[in-house]
Order: sequence, then structure tokens, then C-alpha cells
Amino acid sequence: MGGRQRIVIAKPGLDGHDRGAKIVARALRDGGHEVIYTGLRRTPSQIVRTIMDEDARFVGLSSLSGAHSHLFPKICELLREAGLDDVVVFGGGIIPEEDRQELFDAGVKAIFGPGTTSSEILEFVEEASSRDCGVGSDDDWHWGV
Amino acid sequence: MDRIKLSRQLSAIENGESSAEYGEGPIVAITGPPGIGKSCLIDKILYELTPELVVGVLAVDPTSPVSGGALLGDRIRFNVLDDANKAESIYIRSIATRSSGGSIPSIVNDLASHLLANDFDLVIIETVGAGQSEMRCAAVADRIIVVEGPARGDSIQAEKAGLLELADLIVVNKSDLEGSEKVFNELTISLSLSPDPPRIMRTSAIDGTGISDVAKLILTLEQRASSIRAKSRQKLLMAHENKIVSNPNFESILDRISQEGLSIPEALRELND
Repeated sequence: MGGRQRIVIAKPGLDGHDRGAKIVARALRDGGHEVIYTGLRRTPSQIVRTIMDEDARFVGLSSLSGAHSHLFPKICELLREAGLDDVVVFGGGIIPEEDRQELFDAGVKAIFGPGTTSSEILEFVEEASSRDCGVGSDDDWHWGV
Repeated sequence: MDRIKLSRQLSAIENGESSAEYGEGPIVAITGPPGIGKSCLIDKILYELTPELVVGVLAVDPTSPVSGGALLGDRIRFNVLDDANKAESIYIRSIATRSSGGSIPSIVNDLASHLLANDFDLVIIETVGAGQSEMRCAAVADRIIVVEGPARGDSIQAEKAGLLELADLIVVNKSDLEGSEKVFNELTISLSLSPDPPRIMRTSAIDGTGISDVAKLILTLEQRASSIRAKSRQKLLMAHENKIVSNPNFESILDRISQEGLSIPEALRELND
């Protein structure tokens, strides 16, 4: 299943830097996807509610404040609790290399740092769309392996 | 409310994979130019109406004619969702215009009916802020609220034909700003010449002026007799447009127009066959 996806781009936690999130949102829009932007400073449960109401199949989490190791796994957990097992989670921002495996283990399928091209993010969406790799699946594949 | 089930049903209806259930109830379109405060006004109305009523909001934003993608950003304004008690009785869904060419897609009416069939008390449609061309919202909603505001040009704007003639209620928002009273007066004078002028109210999403009055009125708003024919016209036009756009050859005929010089009258003849 390729084609147009509904994608939530979210800013969890107390981080006011949204330039990156807006650029990614714009790149996904230009790639033919429907992007729902949540705005700044959302809680994990608000983000999950948005994904639910909007019937999004992807969520991109942006964090530049260092709270990713707490917030990203929390959102993955809430998605599974809500029964949104087929939602694909990816993240970006300032995420140190040594923190990434833990996030992959929690269910995040890609981490995009500074320097990522928009075409790489679009390729990820296309690849992930063709796999059953939602946050509740057993597939331990992640982007960049 | 089973949100996951509901939102998957709405996707299936939007994608043409299943048909909507039909429920009765008020479907109100809120329209007006970009930046006039439609989302903020709806946010404040939701504070008034919930949690007593279950309200659905369908927020329409344009699809890019180039990429087919869309950036849907209306949710940002809905602060009412921060109140967990109220958020439980609110469902907000962002809708891209997709193939309807930037105007409101007809499927929005099916989505609204489906919500009403699933125990919603009211559905509010927030349209693309496209000003005078946004008459099409008349085809998907049975009541129309037009939002206006100060600093929107000179007094001749109030005399122009168009959306204002379809309005069942006109709200002059940003009443806290200078010039709002002048706009209110100009609209009142202009519309007083019509046989059944719509009500005009002033609101401010900042200081709360008029919000509770609009919220009360929204459930009982009457359709103006003089707007019914104009609304029927929009419905007919939309149905005709759908017929053309849903023709399986539509895209290939577009290609032939742009690349092979197929003339518009010939293209129309083929599409209507």
C-alpha cells in the first residue's frame, strides 16, 4: 500500500523549536501526503487523540529539547494501549546516536537528524507503507539498518 | 464514542470505499476570509456547547493542485481540547479538498450526516478561507454563518453580491478591534435593503463578547427564505461538477487539453457522454 498517507507531525513536550517540524510537514505535503500539524507543546495523550481522530497512519515526533527518551516511548505505549497498533512512529530533531537503539526498541521506526534530505523521509514513508511495521507489530525492522 | 471506529468509517466514506449512514440534525458551515478568526470562534463556541452536547467539527483545508498533498493546520487553534472533560464530547477531523479543486468537497455533507447518525448533536463545517468564491459551502450545509471583521476594505465590500446573500447569520468578529463597529453598521445598512435580512452579531474571541449568543443561536438558526433558491443552485452546480470530475476519463482528458490541444467544448462533450 503506497500512495497518499495521512501523517500527524507533532511537537511533544516543552520544546518551542518548530522550524524542523514545519519543514518536514511541508516536504511531506509536497510529496503528496495529507499532513496534520499539532502545534507546539502537546502532551503524549493529546497527540494520540489527534492520531485517533484524524485516522493517521503515521506520526512524526519532533524534539530538540532532550526529552525524547521519555516522550517518544510514552507515545508508543499510549498508541498500543489505545489499540492503534498499525500506526508507524518516526522521530527527528536532536537525538544523540547513543539514544537511538532504545527508541527503536520502544517501537520508533526511524530517527532523522540534521542533514536529512526530504527525499529520504519520503522514501521511508513509502517503504514503511509497504510493510506491516506499526507500533504494535513484531517487525523489528527500522529505517537505516 | 468509539473514536477509532468512527474515524476509520469517515476515511472509508471519504475514499469512496463505503457509504455514509444518514442522520438528521443541524449542519452549520462557518465561512469567511483567511485570518478572520473562524477557528478561534469555533473554539469558543465549543467551550459554550460542551460537554452537554456532542459536537463534530469538519475543518476543510486546501489540497495542493501540484502535489496532491495538503497541510491541515486548523487543529492548532482548538484550545478547548486541553480541557479533558470537554474534549470527550468533541470530535475534530481535518479534511483536504482533494479533487474538488480547492473548494469544499461534496463528500463533506456525507461525513456530516454520518456523524449525526452516530449520536452527534451538531456538526460544524469550517471551510477554506477563500472569500467570495466560497459559495460552494451552501451545497454541503443547511445553515451558513459568514464571519467578517474590521479592516476588510471600504464600504463597497458590503454591497458586493455573493456569500453575504447566502448567509443565515453574519458574525463580525474581532469586535475588540477598532473599525469593527463601522463594519457592523455598514453591513446592517446594506443588508437592510433585502427582504429578509440575516441577523448580524458582533463577537470577540479575545474578550468573549457575543460568543454565548452565537452559541445559543447556532442550534436554532433558521434558514432564510431568500437564500434557499441560491443554496439549491449551489447544490445543483456541485452535483454537476462531481459528475464531470468522477468520470474515469477526467485525468486523461485533462492531459489531452494541456498537451494535445483538445478544445474545452469538445472535452465537455466527451465528459458528458
